[in-house]
Amino acid sequence: MHRRDVLKGLAAVPLMTIAGRVWAAPKADMRTLVVFLRGAYDAANVVIPVSSPFYYESRPTIAVPKPGSHPDAAVPLNPDWGLHPALKDSLLPLWEKKQLAFVPFAGTDDLTRSHFETQDTIELGQPVHGTRNYNSGFMARLATVLTRTKPIAYTEQLPLVFRGGHAIPNIGIGSVGRPGVDDRQAKLIESMYAKDALGGAVSEGFKVRDDVYKTVEMAAADRGAISAKGFELSARRIGRLMRDQYNLGFVDVGGWDTHVGQGGAQGYLAGRIGELGRALAGFAQEIGPEAWNDTVVVVISEFGRTFRENGNRGTDHGHGSVYWVLGGAVKGGRIAGDQVKVDHATLFQNRDYPVLTDYRALFGGLFQRAYGLDQKLMAQVFPGVTAKDLALV
Amino acid sequence: MSRLAQLALLIAALAPGAQAHAAEAPAQPAAAPPAAHAPAPPPAQAVAQLGAADLAFIDRVTWGVNESTAAEYQMLGRDRWLERQLHPGAKDRLPAAAQAQIAAMPISTQPVTDIATALTTQQRTANQIQDPELRKAGQQVSGQAMNEIGRQAAARSLLRDLYSPDQLREKMTWFWFNHFNVHLYKSDIRTTIGDYEEHALRRNALGKFRDLLHATATHPAMLRYLDNAENAKGHINENYAREIMELHTMGVGSGYTQEDVQELARILTGVGVNFQPLEPTVVRMGFVAQPDHIRTGLFEFNPNRHDYSVKHFLGQTIEGRGFPEVEQALDILARQPATATFVSRKIATYFMSDTPPDALVARMAQAFRSTDGDIVSVLLVMFRSGEFANSLRANDKYKDPMQFVLSAVRLAYDGKVILNPQPILGWLNRLAEGLYNHPTPDGYPMTAAAWNGPGQMAVRFEIARQIGSNPAGMFKALPPDTTERPAFPQIASAFYFNAVQPTLGAATRAALDQAASPQEWNTLFLSSPEFMH
Repeated sequence: MHRRDVLKGLAAVPLMTIAGRVWAAPKADMRTLVVFLRGAYDAANVVIPVSSPFYYESRPTIAVPKPGSHPDAAVPLNPDWGLHPALKDSLLPLWEKKQLAFVPFAGTDDLTRSHFETQDTIELGQPVHGTRNYNSGFMARLATVLTRTKPIAYTEQLPLVFRGGHAIPNIGIGSVGRPGVDDRQAKLIESMYAKDALGGAVSEGFKVRDDVYKTVEMAAADRGAISAKGFELSARRIGRLMRDQYNLGFVDVGGWDTHVGQGGAQGYLAGRIGELGRALAGFAQEIGPEAWNDTVVVVISEFGRTFRENGNRGTDHGHGSVYWVLGGAVKGGRIAGDQVKVDHATLFQNRDYPVLTDYRALFGGLFQRAYGLDQKLMAQVFPGVTAKDLALV
Repeated sequence: MSRLAQLALLIAALAPGAQAHAAEAPAQPAAAPPAAHAPAPPPAQAVAQLGAADLAFIDRVTWGVNESTAAEYQMLGRDRWLERQLHPGAKDRLPAAAQAQIAAMPISTQPVTDIATALTTQQRTANQIQDPELRKAGQQVSGQAMNEIGRQAAARSLLRDLYSPDQLREKMTWFWFNHFNVHLYKSDIRTTIGDYEEHALRRNALGKFRDLLHATATHPAMLRYLDNAENAKGHINENYAREIMELHTMGVGSGYTQEDVQELARILTGVGVNFQPLEPTVVRMGFVAQPDHIRTGLFEFNPNRHDYSVKHFLGQTIEGRGFPEVEQALDILARQPATATFVSRKIATYFMSDTPPDALVARMAQAFRSTDGDIVSVLLVMFRSGEFANSLRANDKYKDPMQFVLSAVRLAYDGKVILNPQPILGWLNRLAEGLYNHPTPDGYPMTAAAWNGPGQMAVRFEIARQIGSNPAGMFKALPPDTTERPAFPQIASAFYFNAVQPTLGAATRAALDQAASPQEWNTLFLSSPEFMH
């Protein structure tokens, strides 16, 4: 379907009310950032089933202590769930402001337990059984059905999720330097690609390079020396870029495949999760209060990990995960979606969290609310999927 | 017309008897760079009678066509040259300047066991220092020593990639490293990564697939990387077991189950490493040698950590009997039809097309099965196929960053041997395909879409500018002698005028004509769509 035809079809779409505003749907005034934790983060040790004795039995060396039992204990979110203490300073305030929700038992119907296969599954957002089209990611399809989208991947490689459709820019956000190829040279290079299949990518590449460099330079000037580093620095830059220029973003962060010595309240995973928390809080700060109110950040991962710790104080590949949804207009401060008691009997294949909320149904529900997508457009983003409305925005 | 078809015409034009035609190309005013910096068109070169398909063929088999490689190809003819590529001698045929650098490296003169035990002992000692300040200093010294060993391995690897006439062995070494990927920065892998590349992979790069499986399954770099060194009876870690099937042999979705993963993990219990110095052989009172125990260098099979019960793996029963179980499992995996197909498809994807024809993959897989995984036989089926010839004509294989950077340096400097690999390693990292630097076990992707996004194109042009502008420190020796040797990227060489220039499209020629300096001319050439493929 051509973009023009899509636009024509929009006339029939009714007006929707979101967060007290009347929006002509669908459009992309909402900002969406998807954060992909590649490597399968150990969800059960971050959003912790504190009311489950089975959790403490299953993780004799890596369980995070029960709320109140220890200075480094889990922070209670409600009677059943607690938060990893490494997120106390960064994300707990957002939870308390009801701007952060967690969706446990979320994931895919892909049972390969392969990182790469399942990451592809999620990014493509196509039915698991059947031929895959590797040139059609779900965020690329979303960008096509919406108007006024400015999509961008803050990644060194263009991820599958954004492949297909128009050339979508990508840029490694960790190290941004002054461009050495000057404007005249850039024009000469573009001229060489005028009739080449990569022409669009080349022009877009120079543009995004300049946009990002300007923003990063300005941010540096505003703040003096930014002390943040690593993913926190990246997330702060992304906040600036999404405040001013882009409204549909994707970023990934690795280092979650904790087969050995992952630690509990402290240790390796605590360090990673602490950095992630500071990054998301930094993002919210940089994007600013006004834009934050129109922003939804969704944190996902390809699957969860084995509920029981393995022989090396780590965890192996599992199934269900816990997704995070945060933003100024998010109806948070709650654990959303279908849930079961965390126990031996409810484990999937006697080893993992089950999946009760499909990632496509979750995103579908969010997109319907945020962008007012009708069934027809929804079916273009996620063919054959029934959206699940968790009323998150 | 494709770049290579044009290249063929040009080269054909240079053949004796076609001199009149050859003289036309450099004489076209529109094709020559501005006089201010244009190198004088050179006399006709010896590189003649090579067709476009020949040049494309060289480009695929090597890390990039340049004058010296084209000359050897021309001297031998395609068949004999390919024969030589497929069956290189055991000894390196490197230029003396490159050979001398490698010979001077400690990784060339000391056994890996000595290096790794010394460095990890040093690290442990540093970690045990009580005083925090001293401990930090000690850890820094030990970390730097490990980095240096990793750096040497990378330098050796690049020297061979750039200058070895046996290019296919080096390219297949990279391919297998990527297939059996490990990450430089995990644990103590820096101390063994050079040995992994040299002895586990390069030695078997054109050998039998089964030997690669054995070599990787018993190498400390792999056992550390995928955590099998931690896998023991009662303390199961299934990381390596899963990736062997998913990434190294059969491929995901090829029919194995979660139970197979768990059974293979049990088979692999006790397969690990031992970085303690070998003790002198002393017979202690009451000491009973365990018959199944194996210790070879840093590799150790520890029967005390092995699960001796019966396993059921891919439909076969494996009796508990120690390390021979692992060999049996690897035999089973190497002979799976899925393995032959998976490996063949990956080779074809790397060398010829993002979407290699199924019929060709099937013939390669057939060769794999009928020769018990003889890699040369598989490569021969591909190189001699009509499909491969077609892919040369289409010339749509987009260079990954490794091919882009190395082909640029090979073309710009040919046999002038670099003294410092850091600029190249830095460029590869910026292009997100750093040497030994892919953290996850899937290795780098091989298709164009992974490398030609807008942001990546912009970075590629930045790197083109850096390579094209000056030697960027590549010819500055490492301390203590940091003299910089004079060097300048010579792309507009005789080889360029004779072979490359006429292959360029009108848009690229027009842009090159507007270059304001030789540096800018180089930048534009290395940025051109013709050079990206």
